[in-house]
Amino acid sequence: METETATIRVARYRPEKSEKPYFQEYKVPYRKDTVVLDALNQVKAEQDGTLAYRWSCRMGVCGSCGANVNGVPKLTCATFLHEFKGKSLTIEPLANFPVIKDLVVNIDDFMEKLLKVKPWIIRDKQSPPEEGEYKQSGKELDRYAQFSSCINCLLCYAACPIYGLNEDFLGPAATALAYRYIADSRDQGKKARFPIVHDLEGVWECTLIGECSVVCPKGVDPMLAIQKTKILGAMEAPKTMLSPEALKAILPRGGE
Amino acid sequence: MEHLTHDILVVGGGAAGLRAAIAAVERSPKLSVAIVSKVYPMRSHTVSAEGGMAAVTREYDSLDSHAYDTIKGSDFLADQDSVEYFVKQAPHEAVQLEHWGCPFSRDPDGRISVRAFGGMSVKRTLFATDKIGFHLLHTLFQTSLKYDRIHRYDEWFVTSLLTNANRVEGVTAIDIRTGELFTILAKAVIIATGGCGRVFQFTTNGWIKTGDGMALAYRAGVPLKDMEMVQYHPTLLPNTGILITEAARGEGGYLINKDGERFMKRYVPGKMELGPRDIISRSELTEIKEGRGFEGRYGSYVELDLRHLGEKKIEEKLPFVKELAEKYVGIDPAHDPIPVRPGQHYQMGGVHTNIEGFTGLGGLYAAGEAACVSMNGANRLGSNSLTECLVYGAVAGETVADYVAKQPTPSFGNPVQGLAMTEETRIYDVLLKHENGERTSTIRTDMQKGMEEHVGIFRDENSLREGCRIIEDLKKRMTNSTVDDKDRVFNTDLVSALELDFMLDCAEAITYSARARTESRGAHSRIDYPKRDDTSFLKHTLAYRNPNGPRMEYLPVTITRWKPEERVY
Repeated sequence: METETATIRVARYRPEKSEKPYFQEYKVPYRKDTVVLDALNQVKAEQDGTLAYRWSCRMGVCGSCGANVNGVPKLTCATFLHEFKGKSLTIEPLANFPVIKDLVVNIDDFMEKLLKVKPWIIRDKQSPPEEGEYKQSGKELDRYAQFSSCINCLLCYAACPIYGLNEDFLGPAATALAYRYIADSRDQGKKARFPIVHDLEGVWECTLIGECSVVCPKGVDPMLAIQKTKILGAMEAPKTMLSPEALKAILPRGGE
Repeated sequence: MEHLTHDILVVGGGAAGLRAAIAAVERSPKLSVAIVSKVYPMRSHTVSAEGGMAAVTREYDSLDSHAYDTIKGSDFLADQDSVEYFVKQAPHEAVQLEHWGCPFSRDPDGRISVRAFGGMSVKRTLFATDKIGFHLLHTLFQTSLKYDRIHRYDEWFVTSLLTNANRVEGVTAIDIRTGELFTILAKAVIIATGGCGRVFQFTTNGWIKTGDGMALAYRAGVPLKDMEMVQYHPTLLPNTGILITEAARGEGGYLINKDGERFMKRYVPGKMELGPRDIISRSELTEIKEGRGFEGRYGSYVELDLRHLGEKKIEEKLPFVKELAEKYVGIDPAHDPIPVRPGQHYQMGGVHTNIEGFTGLGGLYAAGEAACVSMNGANRLGSNSLTECLVYGAVAGETVADYVAKQPTPSFGNPVQGLAMTEETRIYDVLLKHENGERTSTIRTDMQKGMEEHVGIFRDENSLREGCRIIEDLKKRMTNSTVDDKDRVFNTDLVSALELDFMLDCAEAITYSARARTESRGAHSRIDYPKRDDTSFLKHTLAYRNPNGPRMEYLPVTITRWKPEERVY
């Protein structure tokens, strides 16, 4: 495997030095198996310790290292430098989030949304563990399994044009996780979550562009979760959402 | 300096820390519990565990069998009371996790599926495809969100424990986002920061595994126990150190050498690929040493062959293995064997605790990989560690909840305030302002190379003496280190320097403890002392911090029902 040299262009933002973001170029060695994160680590260790970014597992599961690579949200640990041979390579913080420093973004908004969808099993009555596990068939597991694979890397929010325009939009990952619990045979919390996912800023904001599902590194399809939640909502609406306000929320919002 | 107050502080937001926090608030309805973690909890390294978690859940299985397998796996260095408590609580914790929503894989009858694992005599490892760590962590984290009495300090880095008259009264911690140092007072602190794998060069451990909690306790005078017991996992991808789960062998995968032989027949014919990790890792190196390994860009390796399992089984049971092999090696495991070699994976040793997680220092508790409750002894069995985090995390949380009910709230006076000011000076006036010293990355690299070369799978007096010398030298170099980044906001350069300082303490304890144990037991393999020596070393190593290298003491192993015997598989 040959070692070659690439030039990477990294977005810098250092609020204590300057209000303005800028780009800085670094030359980095790479081989066929070098990922973008390796390049950032090479810079940090050998060239410039001031560069700030998050990372940990380096195997695509902790969800820390997302960044916009040539404008596309990616896990930097799972994006190979050689794919950009002969092209320029620009690394920027995930779009649609406030930047704290360099590639580090503020994810407070997502953490609040995650809490809002009540991402835990809700039951009318808890059984004590002594009574044994809740049985679940393979079919029941399949109904929510893919949505439980969300690693909270937030690439989907960086790709979502609706979230870019309206930060109150509940957004892809939080909805996928809400649906993950709604669709779990052990959960009885549909009623508690419905007002949240069907809120004015809930699933009905989504216009089915589907970028979230394209960029997801774990094969989760948040757009499908949003669709399924809409269908469930439409079916339940006559029963649970008789207030004019709630009805307004689930009606199509064309023209707005 | 500002100060904050809680009843209980949990340092670390992985499996053990989250379980402890939930246990504490469930135990006592009024407590204020805070989790302080240097990363958002869902980024914790628990996320990377793959194969499963062990618990007796089947009619054909028994607690005694799980206990015996664990004790034999430990090469009889485990405290048997600790193992007995563990196996007894394991099924309860597994069901509790299921009730909280963990998406376990299921049998056709709806029960949680079990699979075979190394050193376990029957199938008892519960799993969620090959991503149990990820699912367990997210289940616990999301469940923890429903308790509004669990406060979180996400991306806060604990730099020291504040002690007063043999009692811990809180911590100092940097809010990484602002760079500001805070004192957080508490009646008790639970350390749940995980392992210290990053002291080695070739490891499955994430960047964040820097032994912070071990070093915090060590600095507060608590001994680190059995630190020489370092687990090397047999199947890492060469170059990256990415873990390929033992479940790949549990589902029937073979280890083969360049002659196409299943070489484990030479070492543990009764277990083959499902032998314990210490033995398999040594066997791989022996194959390589004797010329039966493959040669590659990143050194010698053996192969993990899953081809005979077929696409369907790999897709169903080992999807993450497939994803990792495809992404990082460019091969499809249904058609090509996966190159693997052994590397650092887990620290059996850690902060010395008793069965309740108590460290001996008033108010200080520990659980999970950071702790050493001595249930893993000299070699941990795969799939016991996640269960350990749950069982002993819960114990620590409950014990501490009871303990703090009788304790007064610490006040922000001296000596705590003075210690906090000293810490502020150490970090901001000394370390951050120091110019023209050595860059921390070179010190880190030299530590990792030194540990890899001298404190690896095979050790002897010469290598360990050199290892000790290197660590002492690096500690001196560390006092003249410089960080490039002088900002306060999100200064990862500064945090890395503090982590490196912690890692050097862990490396010291590992190396000195290894040098002092002149026998071979479990993962600790001395070429110059190849036999286990129960007469002299059926005991735990306790390393106490000391300016000129640690002071060693020893503690007898607790034997309840299983007499030490030769470990043959």
